[in-house]
Amino acid sequence: MIWQALLLQAGYNAALVSLGAALLGAAAGAAGAFLTLRRRALMSDAMAHATLPGIGLAFLAMVALGGDGRFLPGLMLGAALTAAAGLWAVQRLARQMHEDAATGAVLASFYGAGIVILTLIQGLGTGRPAGLETVLLGSTAGMLRADALVIGFGGLAVICALWSLRRPLAMVAFDPLHARMMGVNPRRMDATLMALVLAVVLVGLNVTGLILIVALLVTPAVSARMWSTTVTGTATLSAVIGAVCGYIGAAISASVPDLPTGPVIVLLAAGGFGLTLLIRGRRDG
Amino acid sequence: MALRVQGLTLRYNEVLALDGASAQFPIGSMTAIIGPNGAGKSTFLKSVLGLVAAAGTVAAFGGPVAQSMPRIAYVPQRAAVDWSFPVRVIDVVLMGCYRKTGLLGLIDAATSAHAMAALARVGMQDFARRQIGALSGGQQQRVFLARALAQGADLFLLDEPFAGVDAATEAAIIAVLKALRKDGATIIAVHHDLSSVAAYFDRVLLMNRRTVAEGPVATTFTRAALAQAYGPALMLDPTDLRSEGPTERPAA
Amino acid sequence: MDEFLLFSLPPMLIASLAAIACVLPGNFLLLSRRAMLGDAMSHVVLPGIVAAFLLTGSGSGVVMGAGALAAAGLSALLIEWVTRRARLEPGAAMAVVFTTMFALGVVLLETTGTSGVHLDVEHALYGNLESLIWLGGPPPELLRLALIATGLALALRLIWRPLVLATFDPVFAQTQGIPVGWLRAGLTAATALAAVAAFQAVGSILTIAMLICPAASARLLTRTLPAQIMASLGFAVASALLGYVLAGYAPLWLGLPFTLSASGMIATVSGLLLALSALIASHLARAAL
Repeated sequence: MIWQALLLQAGYNAALVSLGAALLGAAAGAAGAFLTLRRRALMSDAMAHATLPGIGLAFLAMVALGGDGRFLPGLMLGAALTAAAGLWAVQRLARQMHEDAATGAVLASFYGAGIVILTLIQGLGTGRPAGLETVLLGSTAGMLRADALVIGFGGLAVICALWSLRRPLAMVAFDPLHARMMGVNPRRMDATLMALVLAVVLVGLNVTGLILIVALLVTPAVSARMWSTTVTGTATLSAVIGAVCGYIGAAISASVPDLPTGPVIVLLAAGGFGLTLLIRGRRDG
Repeated sequence: MALRVQGLTLRYNEVLALDGASAQFPIGSMTAIIGPNGAGKSTFLKSVLGLVAAAGTVAAFGGPVAQSMPRIAYVPQRAAVDWSFPVRVIDVVLMGCYRKTGLLGLIDAATSAHAMAALARVGMQDFARRQIGALSGGQQQRVFLARALAQGADLFLLDEPFAGVDAATEAAIIAVLKALRKDGATIIAVHHDLSSVAAYFDRVLLMNRRTVAEGPVATTFTRAALAQAYGPALMLDPTDLRSEGPTERPAA
Repeated sequence: MDEFLLFSLPPMLIASLAAIACVLPGNFLLLSRRAMLGDAMSHVVLPGIVAAFLLTGSGSGVVMGAGALAAAGLSALLIEWVTRRARLEPGAAMAVVFTTMFALGVVLLETTGTSGVHLDVEHALYGNLESLIWLGGPPPELLRLALIATGLALALRLIWRPLVLATFDPVFAQTQGIPVGWLRAGLTAATALAAVAAFQAVGSILTIAMLICPAASARLLTRTLPAQIMASLGFAVASALLGYVLAGYAPLWLGLPFTLSASGMIATVSGLLLALSALIASHLARAAL
């Protein structure tokens, strides 16, 4: 069964999920490499949690307009808006406190607001929020061809953008002052990187859910970093690790009943990191 | 004049970091910026480059600094760099070629050769493929100098280039800097070791948030000026007398 | 009035006590720049609870709490180990460890059929504050939280001086013979304890909010540490009460026949208070110039 899934022989839907998860893993791995090099790993956590109120609000807005509340592009737009607001809030608060604290505060309060809105939806009885709550932990079971295409093309677009911007992104991460002197605007580069990470978070909501997407961004990246001495090498390897974990994880979850896709992918990536630590970790640490 | 700074003032919240600092740096000069901790030396360099927004006027090569940016190189303090970053020596130097390769440009053979030549000038060509964190402190400084050279700069701003390097490396770095000056470059370095000022530099800028004294080492680097910059509590070791101005030097 | 005593007072007290238990270590996490440790801790509670339940088959709060504490301790060790061994920034190490443990928790939950019977992920995330009512006696969470909050306050009073010194200047503290490493571990343990206790009553999201937001608000508006801690306690209790009332009554005022998530609302209120404090603080700073 597992071999069938790995060879894309386990049915149309399973194949779709495997390919989608692989592309998502690749995009997340590549974006995560730059994110961790810029030391913003936890920023993605805040961003992912801050999508929840947007999803709820978009659902309410679409229902109020007489549409289908679960229309995916609409939900993603809402998610993007509040995630961007959350990012802005982190940056604003970070002027007055350590970035860590700003990140945690925004994460918790945006997520809390999201939960309030979910209970509001539930109370209004306009829809089964159970359908919405899959964004917490993802759900690949009902993945449609259209969803897989969104993930695939979104992932490819992110990878292409990262590839073409790899030099300025690396310069800003390594030495932002020098980058600025060389005519690279660090703030604009950071904003671009955050937009790309946001894109990964949005397409990842369907697969891993918003709590675990941060693992897909960070874990392959920190493993890759221990094997490569260049930025491009780190990002490429990280993308490969992400893709492999996504693919195998989706295949395993398709062939074992009750095994959720997102957590399996995360555990595979963690296994890869564990191996990396054993082989490449500092002995004296 | 390579660099002319007038009335540089910067306030961080309630603290005055720079208070109308002014200075001039002639082309081909080698200037040490000295002063006590918190005198705003690093801030001075960063505001000159426009990396922090300070009030005042700065002119480089007779025009706005932004216009001369390609000619200016800045070497940050060692502590400001993440040395575990996955870049090789050659990658760091190639970052200095960024204006030539452009945003998306590929790196061709000529650019690589240019970067290697810059590395060779600081004697680091054999380390091109090492990860930056695998080098010693002095070697890392030389790589940053090579990055500045690759950039084609002729005005070098260095923030404590000798912090945390051993004596031999210090000599190697100073040799590179002196060779650069011979080719017409202007060098400005934040410096801490008062005893080596006279040996390494020809000009000095003494500052403590504002300019205390500036000019040739011989006439400016005096006990009185130092006392004014550091406060009267500064006790100079007698072996440091070498670094004092001629007026107070015992007659030979 | 009786209805208030039975149905509203216990959850309000529990929310306030949970907030107090979290705020005490939260202040020091914030000062030592480890604020996100709370985030990590409250995510790793889930696998601990699931594992404890699977191992013992007991659904008692104490057993599950012990499992959660063990998981929190394990993850703290793992984070330290990964940070050193992989030379990672703490944030990245944290993200790796807590997502792994959380994923493990979800997988255990789903594959062993525990899901839906005794536990579910949503409940773990945002608690079930509204159900903690007076049923012929106080809910056990109330007593447990009261005990833990008091214990944390006493412990803090006891080690106040060395803790402040070690937080402010660990190197100097070390030279003064203060066991900085132990204090650091103790703070981690206190955070874990508060996170586990609060988690069982109010869910992980409120735990994170209470570990960070009130302390951060207080820090912006006060100049001394005792003042900061008092103010943060005030912010915490205010968020808990205001959030609970808003969640329970705001829809009724609007004529809607249901209530909103109290934990979510409390977290939101604490965030709004932080935003307000940030605005006030920057306004004051500008006025001072």
